[in-house]
Amino acid sequence: MNDIRSYFGPGHGACPGCGFPIAVKITLETLEGKAFVVNSTGCLEIVSSMYGRNVWAVPYIHSLFENAGAVAGGIDAALKALGRKNEGHVVVFAGDGATADIGIGTLSGMFDRNHDVLYICYDNEAYQNTGNQQSGLTPPGASTTTTPVGDLLPGKMGRKKDMIGIAVAHGIPYVASASIAFPNDLRRKVKRAIEFEGAKYLHVHAPCVTGWGIDGKLTVEVARLAVETGLYPLVEYENGRLVRVMKLKKRKPVEEYLKIQRRFRHLFKHPLGEKIIKELQQIADENVKRYGLEDEG
Amino acid sequence: MRKVVRGFYAIAYAVKLSKPNVICAYPITPQTEIVENLAEMYANGELENCEYITAESEFGAASVVLGASATGARTFTATSSQGLLLMTEVLYNAAGMRLPIVLAIANRAVSAPLSIWNDHQDSISVRDAGIIQIYVENNQEAHDMIPFAFKVAENKNVLLPFMVCVDGFKLTHAYEAVDLLNQEDVDNFLPPYNPVVSLRIDKPVAMGCYAPPPTYMEFRVALEYAMERAKKVIEDESKEWYEITGRDWGAHIKAEYCEDAEVAVIAMGSIVGMIRDVVEEMRKEGMKVGLLKIRTYRPFPAEEIRKALTNVNKVIVIERSLSIGSEPPVTLDVKSALFGHSSQEIHSVVLGLGGRDVPRTQIIKIIKEVYEGKVKPGKRYEGLKEFEEVIP
Ligand SMILES: Cc1ncc(C[n+]2csc(CCOP(=O)(O)OP(=O)(O)O)c2C)c(N)n1
Ligand SMILES: [Mg+2]
Repeated sequence: MNDIRSYFGPGHGACPGCGFPIAVKITLETLEGKAFVVNSTGCLEIVSSMYGRNVWAVPYIHSLFENAGAVAGGIDAALKALGRKNEGHVVVFAGDGATADIGIGTLSGMFDRNHDVLYICYDNEAYQNTGNQQSGLTPPGASTTTTPVGDLLPGKMGRKKDMIGIAVAHGIPYVASASIAFPNDLRRKVKRAIEFEGAKYLHVHAPCVTGWGIDGKLTVEVARLAVETGLYPLVEYENGRLVRVMKLKKRKPVEEYLKIQRRFRHLFKHPLGEKIIKELQQIADENVKRYGLEDEG
Repeated sequence: MRKVVRGFYAIAYAVKLSKPNVICAYPITPQTEIVENLAEMYANGELENCEYITAESEFGAASVVLGASATGARTFTATSSQGLLLMTEVLYNAAGMRLPIVLAIANRAVSAPLSIWNDHQDSISVRDAGIIQIYVENNQEAHDMIPFAFKVAENKNVLLPFMVCVDGFKLTHAYEAVDLLNQEDVDNFLPPYNPVVSLRIDKPVAMGCYAPPPTYMEFRVALEYAMERAKKVIEDESKEWYEITGRDWGAHIKAEYCEDAEVAVIAMGSIVGMIRDVVEEMRKEGMKVGLLKIRTYRPFPAEEIRKALTNVNKVIVIERSLSIGSEPPVTLDVKSALFGHSSQEIHSVVLGLGGRDVPRTQIIKIIKEVYEGKVKPGKRYEGLKEFEEVIP
């Protein structure tokens, strides 16, 4: 009775309560291990691919921080040229920094050429591998080591990049957001994604216990609150059209999400904190309107 | 088939005959025409089992061929100057991952100031990456070295990227009569790529692992060993090449008239042709001068150079690049090859940067001055105007 195979681990070195292993496991199980995994430099890579301690039971390649999109495109091209397309799917796991900042050029190129690649960004909202520096996907108000809280500044100023919008604008066939708090939804989206030929983008919210300053037991709870407040909407685009969203029955105020994380704690004391909290609430409200997250009436 | 073709076509045609599976590049002068020619062949269905990918940058292009090579594809890319500098991080990575990617470099100066013209500063700058570098003197050699590069790079005792360095414009855009290889000869010489490790679902491996201090060093030293083994492979394959084509390029160096030379000139690339001409003329006048063409800059043929210069008293190293803050790069390697073995006078002559014209008379002057003992050994610049420093 060996039908539940682990394609990732055991033995990976992620922190207890880390979010991304959930996304990786669900993806690989859904694909039944038929995946060529490309991984950017970052936490996932470091905890899984030390020489002699590889925990991947699928073909795996790590090249650089900022080129996973292009490497995946190369694998796709090679599989086509060699007549090996039926072997499996090309899947990228890349961090938010690798995706939205330093690697956005190679990602855009891969989208533009519409390689048959499922690109999964695991979003822990900062450069966690190097010790929690801000990325383009760090939300406003978050304290990171490069956007620290000071007398003047209340953590990160500026907004979180809209990667879903950026992906959709490339005209690729499938774009969706998911969260490790909703594993069934994530599983369904992976399944759906691979029904499309061409570039697929899946953005998965995955909390970081150390960077966010949360209790390891609360990872799923924190991720769920991000969705339930409207700060992190779960949406799905097929061929450029918004086809599904996860509706919010009883939307919660953003404070409920913020107050259980050390990275936001200062917002409740800092002179500019209230303004930032308002801004975050406004972002959530905008998401609700833009994606129709609440049932009307 | 002998045909008058331009350099970029000679290269592109040789790439086609080498049956690559993935070609990916990004335009940059003077490389562009190489990939344009390949794109045309692709559009006409002349490239079988091949994907031609247009990248969003040279960084992306190098990464695409990296991924493809890791999957077991034979891969080709080409670039120049800024494009090569942008690829650099990927190229170090590809070498470390032991991927036999073949690159054509249309050698061009680096910015600032911007220049599209030829020298060797671009490829020289990646000399430490673990990539084999060969410098060719004409388009026949450029054409021949493409299948040759695949054969050497893919050898199980080597597995390193291979760079064929071709002087931008001077060769890439020059018309030259080239004996174009035929498919049968190339097929006989170059078997299909059979990777030692590659990404496969049925045999999963992890490539590009990270190595902590107890394991890192061995990987890097292994690159050095592979480069060392490449020497013998290059020698063997050069012999085979000669048997198939009748063209003897030498392997690592080609020494001419050096046995009894008082002065020997060391050079790489297209300038070799003119120097040979001058040397032969001087020989006719009774001057004991020789020519030493370096073909493989990496692996550097220290022993071969040492041997070739045994009877030579004075050495002129023609430099088409700089190592700013130290001596010019080829000079450094030549000196280290000779150090402790012999004590020739070494003249390091930097010239022709950014495509500055090198007239024949300049070469004659350089050799004569050394021959007649009119200049002291050391570094100097030829063709340099008097100038005031300005910030470009
Ligand atoms: C070119 C380059 N710049 C910087 C780094 C250092 N670096 C390695 S991982 C990393 C952050 C990764 O962040 P992200 O992609 O969000 O992944 P995470 O570690 O958070 O999972 C940085 C800055 C690098 N490896 N390469
Ligand atoms: Mg991150």
